[in-house]
Amino acid sequence: MQELSVRHLLGIKDITPQDIQLIFETADNFKEVLNRPIKKVPSLRDITVANVFFENSTRTRLSFELAEKRLSADVINFSSSSSSVKKGETLLDTVNNILAMKVDMIVMRHSSPGAPHFLADHIQANIVNAGDGTHEHPTQALLDAFSIRERLGEVAGKKVVIIGDILHSRVALSNIFALQKLGAEVMVCGPTTLLPKHIKQLGVQVETDVRKALAWCDVANVLRIQLERMQMKYFPSLREYTLYYGIDKKMLDSLDKQITLMHPGPINRGVELSSDAADSHHSIILNQVENGVAIRMAVLFLLAQKQ
Amino acid sequence: MQKRLIVNHQLLEIMVLRLCHQLIESHGDFSDSVILGLQPRGKFVAQRIQRTLASILGREVPTGYLDTTFHRDDFRRRETPLTANATKVDFLVEGKKVILVDDVLYTGRSVRAALDAMIAYGRPASVELLVLIDRLYTRHLPIQATYVGLHVNSLQSQRVLVEWKDQQAGEDNIWLITKNED
Repeated sequence: MQELSVRHLLGIKDITPQDIQLIFETADNFKEVLNRPIKKVPSLRDITVANVFFENSTRTRLSFELAEKRLSADVINFSSSSSSVKKGETLLDTVNNILAMKVDMIVMRHSSPGAPHFLADHIQANIVNAGDGTHEHPTQALLDAFSIRERLGEVAGKKVVIIGDILHSRVALSNIFALQKLGAEVMVCGPTTLLPKHIKQLGVQVETDVRKALAWCDVANVLRIQLERMQMKYFPSLREYTLYYGIDKKMLDSLDKQITLMHPGPINRGVELSSDAADSHHSIILNQVENGVAIRMAVLFLLAQKQ
Repeated sequence: MQKRLIVNHQLLEIMVLRLCHQLIESHGDFSDSVILGLQPRGKFVAQRIQRTLASILGREVPTGYLDTTFHRDDFRRRETPLTANATKVDFLVEGKKVILVDDVLYTGRSVRAALDAMIAYGRPASVELLVLIDRLYTRHLPIQATYVGLHVNSLQSQRVLVEWKDQQAGEDNIWLITKNED
């Protein structure tokens, strides 16, 4: 009998390769559940989950909400745009109020790195980090690695390049930790202005030429240009970024091998990916979305056992 | 720990053969019937039943494996965590006569969870339960088996272990295990 080594999922950095394997094996079973005529199981029927989103999200919140409902949990949703946070309430007060309503688990997105770690030190409920600023987005990294495993059989030994805005990406950091823990080689690729200064210390290769990166890799995980996080100009124009770092089908077809193309979404079509690349046979973007529900079901199921 | 052999491999073979003939009496050529082995240990019983039926009937009865982990009522109440097993049901359950197969019937809670899990695949015409061992006077729920290999009277502290050659055991055996009290 296996169980997770942690009682919160705050980041991939905190969990072991065995935890990741357990989550994958449990998600395999939940994928089977999601393909049944009745896609719902009663595992969490006595659990209440609060989705606390201090930052806008569509797909992550929907994916978590669906995962919670497929597990028969009671779900409440909170978004800061329509709450008392606007009136000056602190994070701890907000969450304590939610907990006073007897909530067992909290799925939280926050713009400040470390916000879920702070909460984990102060409250009893299980916490799942659904993205904290530019720090970590663990369930996205898990579903990405799970999708690579599904497509290529295993993650160990595979060469994965993460392309684009590494500096502002929580997906990149969690992906680096997850892929390395599972034995993959990781490269990051982007303009030097969008690569963190000490990124090499994480044991990743660094490349600024996207063509060389594509020639090296088995998998290319292309990130969205996060214009909303850019307080200054990191490149002259979107048009220039697309010219140097945009990936299209012609570029993929020119490679003498089949690579797997990923994107955590939402895609800026015509910027980091052209439509014909995003919709090509190389792409597993929609598989990532499907796997996201199974991975989040697995995480919630395994954490609920740790209460 | 004391192990007492309650069914040896010869008796187990006879028991499986008898259960298969009882199934044939009820299900005829199995044209509308399917077998679902309950994970983890009922899978091995189901495989053995399927093989024996195939040798008698000359055709394979559709057989799947059903995991009940996500449907159990003791989730989060157990000392040890639950680990899910694979479910493999490659056929429609809708309108079929389903034979649920497990190795030991004890409290009945696994069977209740199995009924719940099975409904997710459709509404069967009927459901029967086949077990190798029925532990008497231990039921928590009003569930009884349709086909039983052997009724065993046992203490709550005892455990019934069914070993199969398919699971790297030396030979097929059923043991009654008593833990030594300190």
